[in-house]
Order: sequence, then C-alpha cells, then structure tokens
Amino acid sequence: MSEIRILPAGDLSLVVEFGNEISMVCNNKVRQLNQSLREKKITGIVETVPTFRSLLVYYDPSKIKYKKLCKYIKSFSVENGDAKAKTKRIIEIPVCYGGQYGEDLVDVARHVGMSETEVITIHSGVDYLIYMLGFLPGFPYLGGLDKRLECPRLPNPRTTIPAGSVGIGGEQTGVYPISSPGGWRLIGRTPLKLYDSERKDPTFYQAGDYIHFRPINENEFVDIEQLIQEGKYQCKIIMEGD
Amino acid sequence: MSIQIISPGALTTIQDYGRTGYGEIGIPPSGAVDAGAMEVANILVGNKMGEGVLECTLFGPTIHFTRDNVVAVTGANMNPKVDDKDIPMNTAIIVRAGENLTLGFAAAGCRSYISFSGGLDITECFGSKSTNMNCTIGGFYGRPLKANDEILFMKPVKNMSGMEKRIYKQREADTLPGTIRVVMGPQDDYFTKEGIDTFQTSIYKLTNDSNRMACKLTGPVISSKQPTDIISDGISLGSIQVSSNGQPIIMLSDRQTTGGYAKIGTVISSDIPIIAQCKPGDEIRFQSITLAEAHKIYKKYCKNTIKFQKRINRL
Repeated sequence: MSEIRILPAGDLSLVVEFGNEISMVCNNKVRQLNQSLREKKITGIVETVPTFRSLLVYYDPSKIKYKKLCKYIKSFSVENGDAKAKTKRIIEIPVCYGGQYGEDLVDVARHVGMSETEVITIHSGVDYLIYMLGFLPGFPYLGGLDKRLECPRLPNPRTTIPAGSVGIGGEQTGVYPISSPGGWRLIGRTPLKLYDSERKDPTFYQAGDYIHFRPINENEFVDIEQLIQEGKYQCKIIMEGD
Repeated sequence: MSIQIISPGALTTIQDYGRTGYGEIGIPPSGAVDAGAMEVANILVGNKMGEGVLECTLFGPTIHFTRDNVVAVTGANMNPKVDDKDIPMNTAIIVRAGENLTLGFAAAGCRSYISFSGGLDITECFGSKSTNMNCTIGGFYGRPLKANDEILFMKPVKNMSGMEKRIYKQREADTLPGTIRVVMGPQDDYFTKEGIDTFQTSIYKLTNDSNRMACKLTGPVISSKQPTDIISDGISLGSIQVSSNGQPIIMLSDRQTTGGYAKIGTVISSDIPIIAQCKPGDEIRFQSITLAEAHKIYKKYCKNTIKFQKRINRL
C-alpha cells in the first residue's frame, strides 16, 4: 500500500487518504486501518471517522506527536495489506415497496422502462455494502445499485421525507434513518427504526456491513411496526462465509 | 426545581465538550462553540472544565433561581444582572433563591456561557449533555430552552472559598483582531495559486446564514483548478469548505460528520473561540501557519488553562 497520503486537518486531526475513488478495495483499506488503530488503542488517538476512501483521525498533540502518529499509521496499513478474508455481515431490512410507502415507484418504473415488480425484484436482489455512515445519524452510504435502476433525483426535493424511506437518487440507493428533507425518489419504506438514540445499539449496522432489503406487504409492515412498539422485534442479521 | 427560565433569549442551549466516538455512525459532535469560554466558566465555579453550561446566543435569557448557587458568566458580554444589579463578567457570583439572573443583548461578541457550581441535572446522550437541535438529542429534550422550563442543580453550593479571587482576566490576544490562524489543507491542492492567495489575503464577512453548524462567509471568490465537489469525507472542527460558488464555510460544533466539498484549510483549535464570538457582518481574515506552530499554540493554550484551573482550585 504505497499510495496512502496523510494530510493535516488542523491541529487536532489528520486525514489518511487511500485513493480518490469509490471502490470496495479502497474502502476495505480504510476500514482495516480503522480496525487496527482501534485494536491497538494508541494513546493520543481520540476518535476515528471512516469514510469512502479516507480515515479522519482526531488526536491530542499533547499526548502523541504528529510525526510519530504518521509513522504508526503507515506501519499498520502495511502490516495489514488488503487480503484479509472477512465474514460478511448482512442486515435484513424489511421494506414495503410502492403504494403509500413508496410514492415514486411508479415513476421510477416508467423511467427505467420496467414493471414495478421488476424494479422491486432487482432492488431487493442485491446485498448493498455500507461504505460509510454520515450526513445524518445512522445514514448509510450504500454501494451496489444495479445500473438498470439508476434514476435522476427529483427536480424539487421534498421538504420532509418520513423516517425509514428507501429511495434512489442518481446512481445511489439508500434509506433515511430519520425524517429529513431530500431529493431522492422514494420507492418504499421500512417499519424498522434504523436509528434510535435511546437504544443500546443506536444503529443496527456499521460501515463494512451489508444491507439486504426484503420485500414485505402492507400487512407485514403494520405487524412489524406493532412488534417494534412492543419491543419484540428482532432485527435479522445473517453471517456469511465464515 | 433549581432554575426556571423566565425568557429564553434568542437561542439558549445546554452544551459541554460534545460527543466523542460516535462520528462513525454519523452523530455530529456538538458542544460549546467557544469551548475556551465554557472552560473558564466551569473553572471559576469549581466544576470540571467540560461540565454542561448554558450557551446563550446574541441575546441572553432571564433565569429565576429557586435555590442558592454560585455561577459565572463568560464569553460575550451581555451585561449580566442579578435582579437590577450589574454583575461582572468572568467572575464567580452568588445568586440567591428568589433572584433573577438576566442577560441582555451582546454588546461585543456573540455567545455567552453560564456555569452553575456542581452542574445541571441533565441526562447524558451519547456521553454528553450537549443539545443537538437538528437531531433532537441531548440537553433539554434535544431543543433550545423555552419559557417555564425547569432544571435542577446537581450539587449546588451556597458559597465558595476565596470568592473575591474567583476572577478570570482575559489574556491579551496574540493575534490582530479578526485574524484567524489556519493550517492549510487537507484539500488545498484543489485550488489555484491565485485562489490560495485570495484566501490568505482577503477580508471575509460573516453572513446571516451562520449558526452552530457553520459560519458562511462572503468575500472574494477563491478560484479552484477543478470543481470543489469531492468524494464525501470526514469534517473536522474548523474545516474550511469552499463550495461551488468559491465562498468559504467554516464548520463548527453541530457540523455533519462528513461532507462533499474540498477543504482549503482548517482553523486551529485555539482560534475557534474567535469565530464563535463573531456576529453576522463581522469581518475576518485568514493567516496561514505551519502545523508545528499550531501545535505549539495548542500546547500553550492547554498549559495556560490548566495553570488557571490550579490557581482557582487552590483558593
């Protein structure tokens, strides 16, 4: 891994860049470095924020010297390489597509020249890699949208999108963990509370996990909503390739 | 009950050092924008430096006390009064049950901080008492204070030793007024040489569109070699993003954890308080310094703060 760049971001943080692209290889390296730094518990590192192709490292310069930290980071990333086999952790998110839960499904289907059912089949037939979380609490940036489903953003963004909405915006797909303004076309909604500050695990997932959308009907949506309210719903997590 | 809000002022929230360790799930850090003023306020009343305080913006609150406690007001001078009597800034003051603490308009600066000895009884969210209004978490139900809100003290005191010496004397600034020191990067290579020159020599004015998330500035356009959209990456406190219109935006406490504009430079931590005290219409200029210089300034800042804390704690 010769191509890493370490850049200062003020006096209390630095950025480790692994390239200038959105790719699984690049993102893997970011997460591996993040993991290594976390495991080694280096004095002076305050927090790390992994993103698509870089890792932001907050540090305390009175506890660790910048040069020493850079040296550590370089040695760790070399140590790890990028060949580590990983278990795939897949989070299943039930989604009711179309109708009142996905107002734009009709438009999306028309735009991509397919039936609504075909759009649902393709969209729910993929495990989407979570490249990073950001923008909103628990908002996952996903990779892996089938090219056939790419669809431009709305010309006029909505002022509020309900929490749990699943949408397509350009070449990206994702799910809104909390209500927010947004310009993506909404194709469905999950009854799950993807982010809950009161919960021990405020998000079910982290960068590096996969999301699988499972189509459900309106009755199941209401049932799951009920179970969640009663605190009886268990989010399904599949481990693959151990 | 210990305090009751009679009127909340323009924007009063509970803040401390903010949230650490949750950036990777997208939780903004939040925290006092002028962390230095918060530290002083807490030290004066014997609290740990990062105890929850009230951050008051532009126009302060009126607070009714139902229990005695020692308080301190720091940051912007909003002519604080206890009932009708003026009280000094940066000084520990006893407020008695039945009295009102009132802050008015900020004569100079933008944000005042009120500390309460023993702290306020506020439940932590993600390890912090800080209010994040956008995510409605932390502080008082995740929102700014309103009239009639009631908050309890944790461990109030009737008096403190050496009250007359619990005073903070503002150190003389080591820069010219309105000068903000920055470390260039991480994405300064997106900008032309002229763009960098413009950034380092021009005067920029704070717009009305400035808040706890960011300060938006207006001034000469910073030219870039290519569009300033980047693949979204992490944003630090003080990151200076330059959007497609060539205007700088300084990211503050309530910033989103990630963003997609190139960052020409980063304001050093010790100068964030200067930005925190700028009002819309105020003018600033950026001065580039090396990382080594920035670290020296940071260490000096920490040393001074600890020295001050030791002096007060000896009283």
